[in-house]
Amino acid sequence: MKRKFNIKINKAVEEMPPSGIRAFFDLVLGMKDVISLGVGEPDFVTPWNIIESGISSLEKGYTSYTSNKGLAELRRDISRYLKNRYGMDYDPEKEILITVGVSEAVDLAMRSLLEKGDKMLVPEPHYVSYNALPSLSGASPVLIKTDPSDGFKITPDDIRSNCDSKTNSIILNYPNNPTGASYSRKQLKDIAAEVLKRGLVVLSDEIYADLTYDYDHVPFPTLPGMKERTLYLNGFSKSYAMTGWRIGYACGPEKLISAMTKIHQYTIMCVPITAQMAAREALKNGDKAVLEMKKEYKRRREFIVSRLNEIGLSCHRPEGAFYAFPSINGTGLTSMEFSQGLLKEEKVAVVPGTAFGVSGEGYVRMSYASAFENLKEAMERMQRFVEKRKQ
Amino acid sequence: MKDILEILEKDARITPQEIAKMVGRSVESVKKAIKKMETDGIILKYKTVLNSEMLREEGSGVRALIEVKVTPQKGLGFDNVAERIYQFPEVTSCYLMSGTYDLLVVVEAKSLHAISDFVSEKLSSIQHVRGTVTHFILKKYKENGDLLKQPPQDKRQAILL
Repeated sequence: MKRKFNIKINKAVEEMPPSGIRAFFDLVLGMKDVISLGVGEPDFVTPWNIIESGISSLEKGYTSYTSNKGLAELRRDISRYLKNRYGMDYDPEKEILITVGVSEAVDLAMRSLLEKGDKMLVPEPHYVSYNALPSLSGASPVLIKTDPSDGFKITPDDIRSNCDSKTNSIILNYPNNPTGASYSRKQLKDIAAEVLKRGLVVLSDEIYADLTYDYDHVPFPTLPGMKERTLYLNGFSKSYAMTGWRIGYACGPEKLISAMTKIHQYTIMCVPITAQMAAREALKNGDKAVLEMKKEYKRRREFIVSRLNEIGLSCHRPEGAFYAFPSINGTGLTSMEFSQGLLKEEKVAVVPGTAFGVSGEGYVRMSYASAFENLKEAMERMQRFVEKRKQ
Repeated sequence: MKDILEILEKDARITPQEIAKMVGRSVESVKKAIKKMETDGIILKYKTVLNSEMLREEGSGVRALIEVKVTPQKGLGFDNVAERIYQFPEVTSCYLMSGTYDLLVVVEAKSLHAISDFVSEKLSSIQHVRGTVTHFILKKYKENGDLLKQPPQDKRQAILL
């Protein structure tokens, strides 16, 4: 009898947890007429001037590869933008790499930094890739739990108590997906001091920076002593509603950027030129649209947080991004039970907090990147659902 | 104030309770602010935006833009003539313009004939009106910031981390 050929998969990959919670996702995708607050991207379409510049670049015949690092002009634009906006100094030749979204940059950075046995601090709840990718290098994430009592933020103490001789890095994400938590300058300074003491490298995923509502966003590399040890990650997806264009960038020390560029040149070659051309327009003339969208998100945030607390789902006030992360403790349900029940009974989709790590249990993520009409209706349905289960 | 106006301009049906939540103020203070803007005439009225392109068969009428040249009057400029024109119920908008003509008058009527009657009998015969050029609108794509078609469906995946 002929034996079936068995493809052997790399063990690290095989043991990697599948992104989030596939079964629940399939349930949502298979259902019709659902109000979805489960989407992690803007509900706006890319501003027209940006779309138009992409189209016109194609018409002009910009259809080639670019340099591995990305168009020199775009890197210069980014350098200038960061200088004007935050006073940051990055050499467009050596310290900036254009990537396929922040996602690629996170992967490149982890592969460039982590070796077998290394440990990386990952505050939890966290974006799904942070705890999955280190294992590809044989490294492991050290999860630091956060909860609403500290606004879902880590403290210098958390860093201290979770570090050992194998810990070489930490990944920060603020404003945070899924909690919306962010940090003031004072809080960041304290973290930076501890990072310095422990000799850590910092990956700072600041993709939601432009959606900070209550104070000015402070990029991590601008803190004393941090630039030389920080990889700053940002992109166009969330601020300019350009998720599908897949373009982001990494700025950091030349040594790290050049290591990342090595992997990038073999795997990606370069980011599609159309996205790079459109990104130039976004930096040049996109600010007004960003502010408009931010204003709208802010109003929705106030509405949804206030409604959630009204219906008895206690919700801290997210300081950025477009997610509310309410506690569902009062219902006696787990995150998954709550999300499945809400979907089946009221046709509202939210994401169980457990998709973002164990400490997400007891919470659900609700995106307010959705039309006000939807939010309003979703909140009414949720209220009905919660009333039936109040304990 | 500006916040409330922006919200209402997009959707006049959002309640004071909802606005209060969105802007972080008390319901009473939002109600008061709206009342004041109504009294002051900043908020003129609340209307429904119709897609006139979809109502075409039911005889919603014809719209024309009419350029009007006017001889200005001493001490009154164009205001007097403008007033005589915009009082007609057929006139939906009336602007004083820079450039080669003076007033731009937007007229809506049941038919082409009705508009041509309006121009020849009413508009042209007004004293100080020196001449008119009428442009009929064939199709409306966008009006006052609104696209005259069904809003596109949300193209995003229903769930995404």
